[in-house]
Amino acid sequence: MTEHVPNPGGTLANVSRRSLLQGMGAGVFVLAAGLPVATPAQDKKFGADGMPNGWRDDPAIFISLAEDGTVTVTCHRSEMGQGVRTSLAMVVADELEADWARMRVAQAWADEDRFGNQDTDGSRSLRHWFMPMRRAGAAARMMLEQAAAAQWGVAVAEVRAGNHVVVHAASGRSLSYGALAKAASALPVPDRSSVRLKPASAFRYIGKDSIGLVDNRDITTGKAVYGIDARVDGMLFAVVARPPVYGGKVASHDASETLKVPGVVKVVAIDPPTIPSEFEPVGGIAVIARNSWAAIKGREALKVTWEDGPNAVYSSDSYRARLSEAASKPAKIVRNDGDVDRAMAAAAKRVTAEYYIPHLAQSPMEPPAALVRIVNGEAEAWACSQAPQVTRERLAKRLSLPVEKVKVNVTLLGGGFGRKSKPDFVVEAGICSQAMDGAPVRLMWTREDDLHHGYYHTVSVERLEAGLDSSGKVTAWLHRSAAPTIGSIFAPDPKHELPFELGMGLVNLPFDIPNIRAENPEAPAHVRIGWYRAVSNIPHAFAVQSFVAELAHAAGRDPKDYLLELIGPARLIDPTKVGDSWNHGEDPQRYPIDTGRLRRVVEAAAQGIGWGRSLPKGSGLGIAGHYSFVSYIAAAVEVAVGERGRLSIPRVDIAIDCGPMVNPDRVRSQMEGAVIMGAGIATSAEISFRNGRAEQDNFDTYELTRIDSAPRDIRVHLLPAGDYDRPLGGVGEPGLPPVAPAIANAVFAATGKRIRQLPIRDQLST
Amino acid sequence: MTTLVVNGTERRYDGDPEMPLLWYLRDELGLTGTKFGCGVAACGACTIHLDGMAVRACQTPISAAAGLPVTTIEGLSPDGNHPVQAAWRDLNVSQCGYCQPGQIMQASALLKETPNPSDDDIDGAMSGNLCRCGTYPRIRAAIKQAAGGARP
Repeated sequence: MTEHVPNPGGTLANVSRRSLLQGMGAGVFVLAAGLPVATPAQDKKFGADGMPNGWRDDPAIFISLAEDGTVTVTCHRSEMGQGVRTSLAMVVADELEADWARMRVAQAWADEDRFGNQDTDGSRSLRHWFMPMRRAGAAARMMLEQAAAAQWGVAVAEVRAGNHVVVHAASGRSLSYGALAKAASALPVPDRSSVRLKPASAFRYIGKDSIGLVDNRDITTGKAVYGIDARVDGMLFAVVARPPVYGGKVASHDASETLKVPGVVKVVAIDPPTIPSEFEPVGGIAVIARNSWAAIKGREALKVTWEDGPNAVYSSDSYRARLSEAASKPAKIVRNDGDVDRAMAAAAKRVTAEYYIPHLAQSPMEPPAALVRIVNGEAEAWACSQAPQVTRERLAKRLSLPVEKVKVNVTLLGGGFGRKSKPDFVVEAGICSQAMDGAPVRLMWTREDDLHHGYYHTVSVERLEAGLDSSGKVTAWLHRSAAPTIGSIFAPDPKHELPFELGMGLVNLPFDIPNIRAENPEAPAHVRIGWYRAVSNIPHAFAVQSFVAELAHAAGRDPKDYLLELIGPARLIDPTKVGDSWNHGEDPQRYPIDTGRLRRVVEAAAQGIGWGRSLPKGSGLGIAGHYSFVSYIAAAVEVAVGERGRLSIPRVDIAIDCGPMVNPDRVRSQMEGAVIMGAGIATSAEISFRNGRAEQDNFDTYELTRIDSAPRDIRVHLLPAGDYDRPLGGVGEPGLPPVAPAIANAVFAATGKRIRQLPIRDQLST
Repeated sequence: MTTLVVNGTERRYDGDPEMPLLWYLRDELGLTGTKFGCGVAACGACTIHLDGMAVRACQTPISAAAGLPVTTIEGLSPDGNHPVQAAWRDLNVSQCGYCQPGQIMQASALLKETPNPSDDDIDGAMSGNLCRCGTYPRIRAAIKQAAGGARP
């Protein structure tokens, strides 16, 4: 989710190598050391070069080979369901010519000096790491070949690695990888320019569907360890009572009843942060106990008087009215093509619509949880973190320890969706451990904590206006997007969307319209705003793709044809020319917006669902297509609206062109998941506020899609990947944005009712 | 003192008998395959078998489990190859995997009672188990595959 927003006074650049690295087992050899760290020359850095601490491709960092032939790949990206532990290992195994059955995956600890960037967000793990991991695997393969050739006294060109052995065909000799481990590990790593990659035609794992998830057995037998499962001897358990309003604090508290609860050990006050609070804990009272139940009971027994502060005024109804008012007036211009005012004045028909998209909570099934202990001035954490290095730095800062005295072990994540990019919960565990003289404390958020004290997806009013000529063609397009920015957690409320938010479907609208203006009114934040899977693409795509269908209706046209007409002919758009300086962090030359690819996914989704087929009364088809995370996705949806407005979604066809794929099955699973999360956004999910307090407490009122309400038949269409020299696109997030508008458009087709406010909930019952 | 039988092993517990079984399993026994997701029986992540029935461990006080066999994901099958577990792996159902022990415990209870469940049966049995990653299509397919595998 997430682009790093520069943190005023932050410490991102100040990282030093940790002294206490994890030891390797006996008989295990790291394949040499010594490749220089990439230092690209150009000023403006893109892709992996532009991420904090860049990338590495040294096999010594990522690959170890044991004498029994076991290859262990160290995965430095966090696993949260996208399958990255499997997919990165597939890349290495393929170039290494390894036997998949002998591959193992270890999880890296937080150390970006060693591993390069570890922020698992922005749908970029494979986009940024496909080539470095290929080079690492290929370099290791070449070292094994060199070791074998040296042993036989033959030219390296005469030997060939394949399926975990190196063979000298001329003499019929062969040596296993295990037998070569020691000799290969003593060789220098080949220079990057000499590393020979396999031709894509020789891939055995990349792009194939034959590999099961490396964590399958642990997950299905209950052995998989998430942050909430981390355990060490003598561990204590903590929960925190936090201010119900963001920016509030404890006025007074009485813990006498808490301390009477059997098992409660200690009550610790956590200071309120200065606002904006970035990744700092929001303060409150921690209850530390011998087990989770005692901690929870102890918290219930606390008597706290809160001082709410200025955000107690925050109520969703009145705030929506305020956003709507702001969106009704001219505002800061963020894109301006042609002359919208003149074209609007000359239009034969003008259409206006306003859309409301509420706050959401990421609510991964595993709530935030972390274990921290401090021994001899060194802190060690186990955390379900999407941002291990940031976690390490914030923990060090709060505990007043040097960064090199803090180790963060990364567990599996029981879902992330952007919530676990913020390390506040790990810092809370650290504060509790410090208060217990370093004793290990496993701190857990309950679901109520998760919904009441989140880093919420923004709330927005999107107002669109279009001018149509007499033939129904759009000649003018005006989009005002009013939404509090994620920047508000980093700096005194900037009130305007940042470039990375504007570049999520607002300014980089790839439509063939001569006059386009985008504006961004002020929107102050009253809660912590945070990344949520697909981020600002959610409201922008919902508004734009709903509005396209509204315009099609106004023009008397088929919505799919009309969408394709707006996208226009196949062409490459330089994102910087349409006001998008960000382009998801990628080089605009390498990643221009390709409207031909967008057209093709729209056509594929339409064809998949049988666009234009006749349907029974109460059923309808809708479509939406959106470009985000440098990938192209369209969703076509069939809905059925029954008695009393009961909505069901019998079928969704989702088409993706994400460039070359490493693990097609995980692309499919991400699309399936995006459809289901998108259905929840469309139909039921909302976090609302009253007097500064979130109104939803748990999954009974924050309603997420369940198996009986999920789209029943989801068909994923993977567009041909093409050449592996083409750049990879994102997968984890871009499936989500088109789903909700496609559902809303299908509802219109089925019922004639236009959805302009999410979630749909009971809007169809009247 | 409460006596329990967890995955075939007899356990004695002398703490708060009202403590939900979830915390006893996780915190006291270290059986962390049973997950916390909501604490109010709204997500199914803590699903276990109590006397063969699927129940939510977060809403089951230890006192209610006295003398009854408790089975957690760790004890579902001696070798981890229950047909439901095998089908889950075969179809790569999991994404993050966090809810899957609860899903598997719920599905295995369903199949015991309804060996060839219909889609409606699956909806009825599984709708209490949330998955935020959205693995429902594969859960449905895996249940059907496991049911097929269980047939003679």
